[in-house]
Amino acid sequence: MNNKSKNAFLNYGLVIVFFVVFQALLSTGNISSLLKGLLVPMTAYMILAISLNLVVGISGELSLGHAGFMSIGAFTAAFVEGVILNNIKMEGPLSKNLGVQILIFVISVIVAAVFAAIAGFLIGIPVLRLNGDYLAIVTLAFGEIIKNIFNCIYISIDETGVHISDKNPSLDASFAGKMILEGPQGSVIKKVSIFAAGIILLLLVLIIVQNLVNSKAGRAIMAMRDNRIAAESSGLPIKKYKLMAFTISAAIAGAGGALFALNSTGITPKQFDFNASILILVFVVLGGIGNMTGSMIAAALLYILPEMLRELDVQKYRMLIYAVLLIAVMLITNNEKIRALAGRVFKKKDKVSVKPEAGKEA
Amino acid sequence: MLTNLFNGIGLGSVYAIIALGYTMVYGIAKMLNFAHGDVIMVGGYASYCTMMYLGWPPAAALLFSMAICTVLGVLVERLAYKPLRNASNLAVLITAIGVSYFLQNAALLIWSSNPKVFPNIFNMPFFQGVTASAASVSADAAAADTASSGVFSVKQRGTLITIVVNLIIMAGLTLFTSKTKMGKAMRAVSEDRGAATLMGINVNRTISMTFAIGSGLAAIAGVLLCATYPNLVPTTGSMPGIKAFVAAVFGGIGSIPGAMIGGILLGVIEITARALVPTVPSDIFVFAVLIIVLLVKPSGLFGKTVREKV
Repeated sequence: MNNKSKNAFLNYGLVIVFFVVFQALLSTGNISSLLKGLLVPMTAYMILAISLNLVVGISGELSLGHAGFMSIGAFTAAFVEGVILNNIKMEGPLSKNLGVQILIFVISVIVAAVFAAIAGFLIGIPVLRLNGDYLAIVTLAFGEIIKNIFNCIYISIDETGVHISDKNPSLDASFAGKMILEGPQGSVIKKVSIFAAGIILLLLVLIIVQNLVNSKAGRAIMAMRDNRIAAESSGLPIKKYKLMAFTISAAIAGAGGALFALNSTGITPKQFDFNASILILVFVVLGGIGNMTGSMIAAALLYILPEMLRELDVQKYRMLIYAVLLIAVMLITNNEKIRALAGRVFKKKDKVSVKPEAGKEA
Repeated sequence: MLTNLFNGIGLGSVYAIIALGYTMVYGIAKMLNFAHGDVIMVGGYASYCTMMYLGWPPAAALLFSMAICTVLGVLVERLAYKPLRNASNLAVLITAIGVSYFLQNAALLIWSSNPKVFPNIFNMPFFQGVTASAASVSADAAAADTASSGVFSVKQRGTLITIVVNLIIMAGLTLFTSKTKMGKAMRAVSEDRGAATLMGINVNRTISMTFAIGSGLAAIAGVLLCATYPNLVPTTGSMPGIKAFVAAVFGGIGSIPGAMIGGILLGVIEITARALVPTVPSDIFVFAVLIIVLLVKPSGLFGKTVREKV
């Protein structure tokens, strides 16, 4: 077994251990209700971190609008759920019908991934013509546009089918249908995601990304990241590979968004703003750019941290502490003296993985 | 239509002043300072507090908030950005975001999330005097839409003041960068940092100076912004900050006239879109125009196209 597949299997093992530990805690009831509620969103953010790492770490493009793809997935899931619940007859509440829940989950995630992939493909064509900071600002712009579009459309469903409008139909007295997406109020969702489903999705995402990274296409993408001109001179079809990475990343973000949405009781477009994109980027950067294991761990820890601080006395200062920690980590990991020290201690290891060149593979 | 254009230029002037800070910092330190928007917010609160609690006149409050923001800008640069001068762009970006969170949450703790209603400084006697004389000169644009003959409404007076302040800042900055020693040093550092160091330019001091000027301008922008949109909350600065950043990129990031034109265009687009299609959020148009401009001219309207050498 070579080093790369060893790393890949390490990640699968990590996810499974993570699942077993928390599942054991869940079934024995040794877990606070707060943490219990955070497990699925945490898994969703782990998926999103992996997805963004594919763009930022492997492909080397800074994207500041990833929450846009997440929101496409989330609202698609809300839509799919609304349509399925409208067309299916079931006895008792949804929480008693595991079959229907699984059906909703699987179809939502697939449709969400497809929709987000289409969006990623369409956005990727113009965006990937740009480089560096300009690319970053355009992804930011697309993220804001997606948020604002969701902010002003209203989708409702009744016997005659699905209606999309820019005005709120429920304000109309004759309205008899059911709202799926209500502009700035977002969507009301019936909770279906379960922890196990999230973990299966996470494993699936890992398999896809790690196989992509270790394939011919993955090597080409990394070659482009390391030296675009050299890669181009060697005849690699840069645009094709970049677009491929971007589209796959968008699809995964969509799936993650669907998981996130289906675990909540409601989503609003505002949840997926610039700050949400930044949150995911922070996971990726702190976890080590290009390092999938790091992304997962950072996402899990950093998602839990502010929520856990909520329980302590420092409640009031939690975001302040978070900000200070963020700055401190960046300053420490980039301090030349500390880096040199770390280099001496872990001689065989890779360099500290904050610089893009460092994280060669997951 | 004319009112929209006038208001658009007014809002755009605020964006332009913020964008100047972004563009100068980017041009010289090559970093996206996402905390810049929050410096605006600090400026707003600083002037609010001095006016409301200490009863200072607006001009003194403005000077005070400029001083606070300048110190804040330099301090942030020294503590958070300077140690990262040789780190990757992403590390600096994340640090800037950390600073932004820090400022927002510190403001949240100090002033709580309840909106503070900013006093309407344009209604004060000092400005009434100023605009009365200015009114006779430039009444043509605004008077067309006002019912009161020749006399500006408070809002229009504010817009006019914003535009005038913007023009003064612009002229001042252009003079500063072209005539003074420090301004020349700034241009040299932005052109080639290594060569500037070899020429004996103190790069660190130049960068600090840039942050000082940018943050001082942010304070002015904060006061003008809050005077026009009086709800002051800890996140007041973030959206105008992002839009000003868009404006800076729009005009070609690193270019001072570019930031100016970009800001004004953005303001006009936003206000016009809001008036023409009220059901669709105007931000969609703002960002869509940015995307189109960048696709046609990838370095922005006034940006320098850098030839790629192999």
